[in-house]
Amino acid sequence: MAPRTTPEVGGMGHSIKRKEDPRFIRGKGTYVDDVVLPGMLYLDIVRSPFAHAKIKKIDSTKALAIPGVLAVITGKDLEKYNLHWMPTLMSDTQMVLPVEKVMYQAQEVAAVLATTRYGAADGVAAVEVEYEPLPVVVDPKKALEPGAPVLRTDKKDKKDNHIWHWEWGNRADTDRAFTEADVTVKQDIYIPRIHVASIETCGCVAHWDKVQDKLTVWMTTQAPHAIRTVFALVAGHVGLEEHKIRIISPDIGGGFGGKVPVYPGYVIAVAASVLTGKPVKWIEDRMENLQADSFARDYHITAELAAKKDGTLTALRIKTLADHGYTDAAANPSKFPAGLFHVCTGSYDLKAAHVEVDGAYTNKPPGGIAYRCSFRVTEAVHTIERMTDLMAHQLGMDPAEFRIKNFIKPEQFPYKSALGWEYDSGDYAGALRKAMERIGYADLRREQAEKRARGELMGIGISSFTEIVGAGPSKHFDILGLKMFDSCEIRVHPTGKAIARFGTKSQGQGHETTYAQILAEELGIPAKDIKVEEGDTDTAPYGLGTYASRSTPVAGAAAAVASRKILDKARKIAAHLLEAAPEDLVYEPGKFSVKGAPDRSKTIQDIAFAAYTNHPQGMEAGLEAVSYYDPPNLTYPFGSYICVVDIDKGTGEVKVRRFVAIDDCGNIINPMIVEGQVHGGLTMGFAPALFEEISYDEIGNVQGGSFIDYLVPTAVETPKWETGNTVTPSPHHPLGAKGVGESATVGAPAAIANAVVDALWHLGVRHVDIPITPPKIWRLLREKGITE
Amino acid sequence: MLVKVAINGEKHEAEVEPRLLLVHLIRENLRLTGTHIGCDTSHCGACTVLLDGRPVKSCTVFAVQAHGREITTVEGLEQDGKLHPIQEGFMAEHGLQCGYCTPGMLMTSVAFLKKNPKPTEDEIRWAISGNLCRCTGYVNIVKAVQHAAAKIQGGA
Repeated sequence: MAPRTTPEVGGMGHSIKRKEDPRFIRGKGTYVDDVVLPGMLYLDIVRSPFAHAKIKKIDSTKALAIPGVLAVITGKDLEKYNLHWMPTLMSDTQMVLPVEKVMYQAQEVAAVLATTRYGAADGVAAVEVEYEPLPVVVDPKKALEPGAPVLRTDKKDKKDNHIWHWEWGNRADTDRAFTEADVTVKQDIYIPRIHVASIETCGCVAHWDKVQDKLTVWMTTQAPHAIRTVFALVAGHVGLEEHKIRIISPDIGGGFGGKVPVYPGYVIAVAASVLTGKPVKWIEDRMENLQADSFARDYHITAELAAKKDGTLTALRIKTLADHGYTDAAANPSKFPAGLFHVCTGSYDLKAAHVEVDGAYTNKPPGGIAYRCSFRVTEAVHTIERMTDLMAHQLGMDPAEFRIKNFIKPEQFPYKSALGWEYDSGDYAGALRKAMERIGYADLRREQAEKRARGELMGIGISSFTEIVGAGPSKHFDILGLKMFDSCEIRVHPTGKAIARFGTKSQGQGHETTYAQILAEELGIPAKDIKVEEGDTDTAPYGLGTYASRSTPVAGAAAAVASRKILDKARKIAAHLLEAAPEDLVYEPGKFSVKGAPDRSKTIQDIAFAAYTNHPQGMEAGLEAVSYYDPPNLTYPFGSYICVVDIDKGTGEVKVRRFVAIDDCGNIINPMIVEGQVHGGLTMGFAPALFEEISYDEIGNVQGGSFIDYLVPTAVETPKWETGNTVTPSPHHPLGAKGVGESATVGAPAAIANAVVDALWHLGVRHVDIPITPPKIWRLLREKGITE
Repeated sequence: MLVKVAINGEKHEAEVEPRLLLVHLIRENLRLTGTHIGCDTSHCGACTVLLDGRPVKSCTVFAVQAHGREITTVEGLEQDGKLHPIQEGFMAEHGLQCGYCTPGMLMTSVAFLKKNPKPTEDEIRWAISGNLCRCTGYVNIVKAVQHAAAKIQGGA
């Protein structure tokens, strides 16, 4: 679709260069650790070496003897203010600092406050803690066995480690479909614990100003407004009421979901600032970040898929065990403890489905955040895409043909899924066919047959995913009761320039550019004349923040709606200036003209000036609007990915030779930025498919707790992505846009896993859990007698 | 200990503890915050600066080791109000998103292009493999380096 505005205006469809870049390429961004205040103190944290242990004694004597060390804060200090526990976003409870026992390795035990960064670290090394180790529960299956040690002894009536049971769908219909099925497949799939590992770790500078009666917190947060409310709910009783709290989320060095939760470090820093009256900085290091901050995934899934002989899919049945660590600190909408996992019927027209999830406590860090995905949709997509592939192979059908046969068809939209979602729009076969053509699917299958005959291992994998983003409609979506709307406030200045503020917060997505483009598209004011601001709760309108690909679907829609409110008023002013009736004016971006007399016109800049200098009598002056947008539905981006892998029989190494990604995120705001989002998303899908995992040994020692053994891919391993797109607008979004930040992370792992199984199917391999590491494949090949 | 360094052409001296890391000298003593910290094991490269023209991870160098030497940070790339071609390349090719790894990527690339002015794509990928980026998937970073190489070759 050709852009509606000129490149100078830079509305939707223009790849304008980013407004963020001039400061970043000069090293002039402002990230949290760049904030320095006069008299600022440094906070560092003592962490537990044990996964489960009673704290017998904390001796601060030696630490306090170090010059510059001012205080050692323990759980007992916070207990006096009832701040030693805090609520999680899922209404469970989490320790800020422990009073009785620690529940995972690297848990916060005490905090040292010092005048310098190095002094605080010295203090941490000098704090002496005496522990009494307790039995450790690592395996969530064992956690639920009778007789397992009960971990949450703080909960009076808790007699086991079961958190919740949740189910969705029609069990009877699903069971019946399985009874009647010609073919069924069943598979255990483990989606391991991983970590977002944004290159900037988490941290804050908390500043309690006694004179101003105000707490300002510069903080690595994706959701500053919600965080302000959470702080007020937790600490209102000690005088931190919401109007006295200002959260500033400055430049953020990557978020991916990891900067949604409230970590104990933030709370301790705030408490330390309130107690000392001085600014306090806390910046975690990489090991703390990987070992203690929220994990993602960790789903133990058993899935079954049913089909007719002719390859028509009929039903899906899933049971899942979710390992939440010692508390449920997931970041999901309140109603959905397993997030949007129940979008697991994916891109397929299934008549029946049922999904059950049980949450378990273990001696691991809490979490359950997204890793660049919308509330567990990656787990859902990985499951259905693996199962679909398994069924296709089982039936001896080509996995591409099999998918096309079972896709929801374009004419079925809006489509009500067996699990109750209403998919907005899609052309799944269109995307898959485009990907097949681009990669040369038929030729690859021929090549694979030849290679297989020669004993070489080559596989082709497909993933045709459907995303579910833009949470969400207030009827079903809230976090701690806060409805998941988002906001935009626009002020057009007298000279025709504008400022727009949003309730979201970019972490690299380029909001300062793309939001300006939305306004340019609607108002015709050049994007370069529009300043976009987010992240300061004292100035921006309230919103729920940026995660789950919700910025464009929700705040982007708010930008369009607020713009249209401005245009309503602008039309009246233009009518006044042109001495015409408002309904006799026609609008094109940036200009109202009289119907039939196009030379009689007023530009948006003329109108803005008049709004402050010559507005009609009886009308309020100014040209401003605000929108709090409550989306009528979620949006459903989709795509088809195909990858080719070659497997080294000697080492078990999987090499991704080619990877074609066709994405459909509806109408596109900035093609350059969308492509960049897909590149990044693909790499964060590739990473857990082949490299990343955080696991634990039998006594709860973390494996993968630093970049030495948590393998974030470099430019060398990362494939040379080949991207493309189709455009199927969302019918309910004001701009027809859907969101794109996470699609590729959601869709990519299954394509890679499917390619690996495809390469090994003839050897009897039916499934390999991610990450598909060389040792895993090498062992499999040895078992099959392929390698020595 | 007294450390004397020239940073981006300006002479500075500071009284430091022997254990002070170069990255903290740059960020905290000299207040040049473009150089970032992303890990503690020398893997991420966000702290890359040039020491006498060679890229080093400044989290793995003591400040005292820089005594008497020249340091270039991201803030030193722009000269007389003119961006370095590598900075232009990153902007033109959308080679950055959150911007956090960017200064390190820029410094590694500048040193690399001096050594290898006409690199292949694979050579670029190897050259930046000590710098992690979580946002871009590296595709556009490679293009940005190619963009800069062409520009430098063209005598800009």
